[in-house]
Amino acid sequence: MMRKLLISAVSALALGTGAALAAGAEGHMEGVDFSFEGPFGTYDQAQLRRGLQVVQEVCTACHGLKFVPLRSLADAGGPQIPGDDVRAYAADLSIIDAETGEERPRKETDMFPAVSGEGMGPDLSLMAKARAGYHGPYGTGLSQLFNGMGGPEYIVSILNSYTGEEKEEAGSIFYENTAFPGGWIAMPPPLSDELVEFADGHPNDQHHLSVDAAAFLMWAAEPKMMARKQSGFVAVLLLTLLTSLLYLTNKRIWAPHKGKKTTV
Amino acid sequence: MAGIPHDHYEPETGAEKWLHSRLPIVGLLYDTIMIPTPKNLNWWWIWGIVLAFCLVMQIVTGIVLAMHYTPHVSMAFASVEHIMRDVNAGHMLRYVHANGGSLFFLAVYIHIFRGLYYGSYKAPREITWIIGMIIYLCMMGTAFMGYVLPWGQMSFWGATVITGLFGAIPGIGPDIQAWLLGGPAVDNATLNRFFSLHYLLPFVIAALVAVHIWAFHTTGNSNPTGVEVRRTSKADAEKDTLPFWPYFVIKDLFALALILLVFFAVVGFMPNYLGHPDNYSQANPLVTPVHIVPEWYFLPFYAILRAFTSDVWVVMFANWITFGIVDAKFFGVIAMFGAIIAMALAPWLDTSSTRSGRYRPMFKWWFLLLVIDFVVLTWVGAMPTEGIYPYISLIGATYWFGYFFVILPLLGVIEKPLTPVATIEEDFNAHYGAKSHPAE
Repeated sequence: MMRKLLISAVSALALGTGAALAAGAEGHMEGVDFSFEGPFGTYDQAQLRRGLQVVQEVCTACHGLKFVPLRSLADAGGPQIPGDDVRAYAADLSIIDAETGEERPRKETDMFPAVSGEGMGPDLSLMAKARAGYHGPYGTGLSQLFNGMGGPEYIVSILNSYTGEEKEEAGSIFYENTAFPGGWIAMPPPLSDELVEFADGHPNDQHHLSVDAAAFLMWAAEPKMMARKQSGFVAVLLLTLLTSLLYLTNKRIWAPHKGKKTTV
Repeated sequence: MAGIPHDHYEPETGAEKWLHSRLPIVGLLYDTIMIPTPKNLNWWWIWGIVLAFCLVMQIVTGIVLAMHYTPHVSMAFASVEHIMRDVNAGHMLRYVHANGGSLFFLAVYIHIFRGLYYGSYKAPREITWIIGMIIYLCMMGTAFMGYVLPWGQMSFWGATVITGLFGAIPGIGPDIQAWLLGGPAVDNATLNRFFSLHYLLPFVIAALVAVHIWAFHTTGNSNPTGVEVRRTSKADAEKDTLPFWPYFVIKDLFALALILLVFFAVVGFMPNYLGHPDNYSQANPLVTPVHIVPEWYFLPFYAILRAFTSDVWVVMFANWITFGIVDAKFFGVIAMFGAIIAMALAPWLDTSSTRSGRYRPMFKWWFLLLVIDFVVLTWVGAMPTEGIYPYISLIGATYWFGYFFVILPLLGVIEKPLTPVATIEEDFNAHYGAKSHPAE
């Protein structure tokens, strides 16, 4: 009986690895080296500003950013757009005032517009954290340790993986996209080369545009990333010091009982 | 049983005597902190402090988070984003709290498996073990309800699936489920009561922890040899033990600092690694996620829950013999809770007279297999229920029950244990050489 159990458990381990090979039905992911990856990674301010432009000129036609306050565009660790520019930017976006019920220009204390309705896409505030490009190997999530969760990579991949095929289903058009789970997405290809012009003349082919948009959306989803990493470093440094001191203290107080000579 | 003989607090000054004759609280604290502790405790014994620290950390961060959180279906998700974006250090508080749950469970699993290996559950420490199991159940309830609060997709659907387990109870199940949810489906009433209970249960856990500590301070700590501290005299006891302060406090704090170092690296650099991306999408009752996966610490028992499908012969037999009352779903629920009850019954299922696994040559291997089984169940719990995975779950679940109900009782009969060392002092000296004269 016990022998049988042992054999089955061991064979379960062996079989598991083989079976998991069949389980990868996810879309194809494109790896992108973002500046904010890894413990030392930071947002690239110029890239965030370009990304904002792409998102504003293209994505916000169908997607909202309802959890992102406009004022946070001026915050440290983000695009850090000057306050006056943020106010001017906000004023271009109108809002129905909650108290008066009348339309007015947005203030910097308002959020980015929410977008909903027929044919509109999901809110993008947290999209870079709500999707994961990497899962494997075998569903263990170990690749995320090295590649990150892969949210921005997922966004880049979606934007660049249209095959050009279309199909109509129940009155809606679907577009074939090799990065999208299931392979068919309702969103028409949003980007093309030179769709957005950057003031500084930065390359604006489709791939560059998608990477900049994804970087901005990562910031939109995790605006406190730089502060968080800094806190992490301070915590790790202080705890390294504390751990070392406690190690020495512990060694010292136990020494007489472990038959070792104390030095002082 | 009398405690281990040791010095007690003696009030000296007038003020001390005055207080002591009215409320012997200083004496209580003194006896607690100066408790004689077996000096051969190894590093597997540090997780208790980690757990105590986790409880305090979760309560403190949780109380502050509750100041900024709104338990309403239309505002909960936005209020969490408010914490992440607007509250001073709110993102750190939330990430510490969310990952703190994971550290809490990592620590409790190591703590439990330490107890299982060294036979800490055996007489006279059954009460400590049982209280520990109740704490573990409360932790699971607290963590489950806490995960619902951000009102993300996985919050909502996790709550739907798990409360649905109670709906599987024959006859009264649907009524119990509606009672738990406060309505026919997961909604505002559910969110409110989960918030209320998520706030309450940690204090219940704190009280249980006090009883847990009280119980093992009465019996004394177990230790890697399983040999009891000599209680014949204070002098004998002192050969086997050292006071908790400063020896074990400093040792445990050192380990805690090292663990926190890793913990804060996770919080600082990869705080979403253990979370599920779907929970950054607001709950939507109309859209079911492709895979509904609980947090990692529930996965072993989730795997056991899903292992018993209707094509497994035990399930078919149970269904037949109960005239169809026990179906596969209910059987899975029984199995899941049964897996924890099996663990709680270990003190009575383990028939071996030798306490520590160190002196049990056969047990060691079965225990190692149990650890592997636990890891495999954790992994397979996150896999879809297709292909080979249900079989792996079934084998894993079978071994889990086999270990507790077959292997533990049988080993006590067929295994020939080694002879443990005579005293803790002997074990300690074997590691560190005979005690030399201290410098002072």
